[in-house]
Amino acid sequence: MARVLARRVLTSIPALLGVMLVALLLLELMPGDPAEIMAGENATPEAVQMIRDDLRLDDPLYERFSRYVGGVVTGDLGESPGSGIPVWDRISEALPVTLSLGGMALVLAVVVAIPAGTWAALRRDGLADRAVAAAAAVLQAVPPFVIGLGLVIFLAVERAWLPANGYVAFADDPYEWFRHLILPATALALSAAAELARQTRGAVVDVLEQDYIRAARAKGLRDRLVIGKHVAKNAATPVVTVLGLQVGRILGGAVVVELIFGMHGFGALALNAVVTRDIVLIQGVVLVSAIAVLIANLLVDLVYVYLNPRSRA
Amino acid sequence: MSRIRGVRDALRSNRTLRRLARNRAAVVSAAFLALLVVVAVLSPVLMPHDPGRQDLLSRLESPSGEHWLGTDSLGRDNFSRLIEGTRVTLWACLQAIALAVAIGIPTGLIAGFVGRKVDTVLSWVADILLSLPPLILALAIVGILGPGLTNAMVAVGVVFAPRFFRVARAAAYSVRNETYVEATRALGCSTSRILFRHVLPNSSGPLLVQLTFALGLVVTAEASLSFLGLGAKPPTATWGSMVRDAFNNVYDTTFPLIAPSLMIVLTILAFSALGDALRDALGRQSRVGD
Repeated sequence: MARVLARRVLTSIPALLGVMLVALLLLELMPGDPAEIMAGENATPEAVQMIRDDLRLDDPLYERFSRYVGGVVTGDLGESPGSGIPVWDRISEALPVTLSLGGMALVLAVVVAIPAGTWAALRRDGLADRAVAAAAAVLQAVPPFVIGLGLVIFLAVERAWLPANGYVAFADDPYEWFRHLILPATALALSAAAELARQTRGAVVDVLEQDYIRAARAKGLRDRLVIGKHVAKNAATPVVTVLGLQVGRILGGAVVVELIFGMHGFGALALNAVVTRDIVLIQGVVLVSAIAVLIANLLVDLVYVYLNPRSRA
Repeated sequence: MSRIRGVRDALRSNRTLRRLARNRAAVVSAAFLALLVVVAVLSPVLMPHDPGRQDLLSRLESPSGEHWLGTDSLGRDNFSRLIEGTRVTLWACLQAIALAVAIGIPTGLIAGFVGRKVDTVLSWVADILLSLPPLILALAIVGILGPGLTNAMVAVGVVFAPRFFRVARAAAYSVRNETYVEATRALGCSTSRILFRHVLPNSSGPLLVQLTFALGLVVTAEASLSFLGLGAKPPTATWGSMVRDAFNNVYDTTFPLIAPSLMIVLTILAFSALGDALRDALGRQSRVGD
């Protein structure tokens, strides 16, 4: 396990360096003078020069790149020009909100999709199968913000059953934390659940056709054991892959969903960075998203190793 | 030679078309999308009101004979804005997909065909772009270029380019050692001629499937960016910006949310159903180079 982990961490370094390079190059692609754009419209020449000095725009790219990489290694993502607030402070403040939101969305998606997909596969071509397939096709087409708006209207605006706005930290009040998260998490979870259910159905159908399943049944193993042990473990690999892919998707969806539900998480921060054109914050957001996706991939790989002893070699 | 190929292509596309025509979901989806195109083209004739004309005395009105879908927060006619939004949305999405194809396909063909260092570098770039959540990458690019519909669509085009890169690369890679490629090479064809006249037509199946699915995702991306206020600038209407305007007034009335949301969902659903059907109809062909 440790060897796999170490190898995966090492092989993700080029990708991370690439993301940092892309993040820095974003600045080069800015049409016009980045310092002038970031200073705003009525900025004095001194303010523009200050931002230029802050960002060290006059230094060559490779110097800025090595300084940026050095900063990232020590946990320093730079400071927002103007306010001087360290980017990492703002991101680490926002992350717990989005981790709660995304975590609950993933749990919801798994809890709904895996039983639904398995059920559809066991009743292959039956009514349940077709119902799950149709529901998944529709849910996959509905963007999270439309689901979010629907939930807000029906459960929060018209009936006021659940709060439509804000976030309460778990440490402050676990019950309110749950109540505030359930709607936005559902909005994020449904399209992930749709894809997961489709994948689960396909994987279970494939495994059910294998000879070892017939053998297990032939020796008189009860259905519960066949499904719970032999099918589950063998069908899990593709399902875990798709589950890992949902992390990036949920991170993107969080931007829209946090706007709808008035939450100040990572997505709201990303939007704020774009609206205020705070390039240093945008770079931080891009890098942290990339790291989140890499961690998700890493976890997926570790689960592979657990599920399939052959990949331990 | 070319005539034989023409006949064979016609037969093949006929078979694909015949299979598509038997798929009810595909026919309904194609009809819906065709209707959208007609609405977009005829929009100046179809709009009962000027979509940008404000009337602050009749804000957020309910549907009436005068305003079939009511009015928005500035008293503009929602039905006319929905029609204008159809045109602007479709045009924007076409631009984005054209950019994605223009970047992704040539680079993908070259990477797959030439291989070696070119492939390593181009694939590395594509992998980096694919490793980022699409909406976050699009946001970052809009942050650099500044908000606005054109910039948002440039961002979406860049975000989707790696998908076409991958399909084109795989297609070129799988055929580069085929006899017919060697034969055309022996006849003295240049690499670009081989790529665009021989390799590309042979991988049109998977590319077409990818294109159809991508169009649905581009509609989602446009709607999301416009909803976030980073796409269409007022007074231009797109479905996403109409949803945003309706959301801002959600505590007054929820009705204006319905029509643009429905258009977004139906369009995405149509593209995804058509993509599924196309993949099934092409059968083995849709997997060439996968």
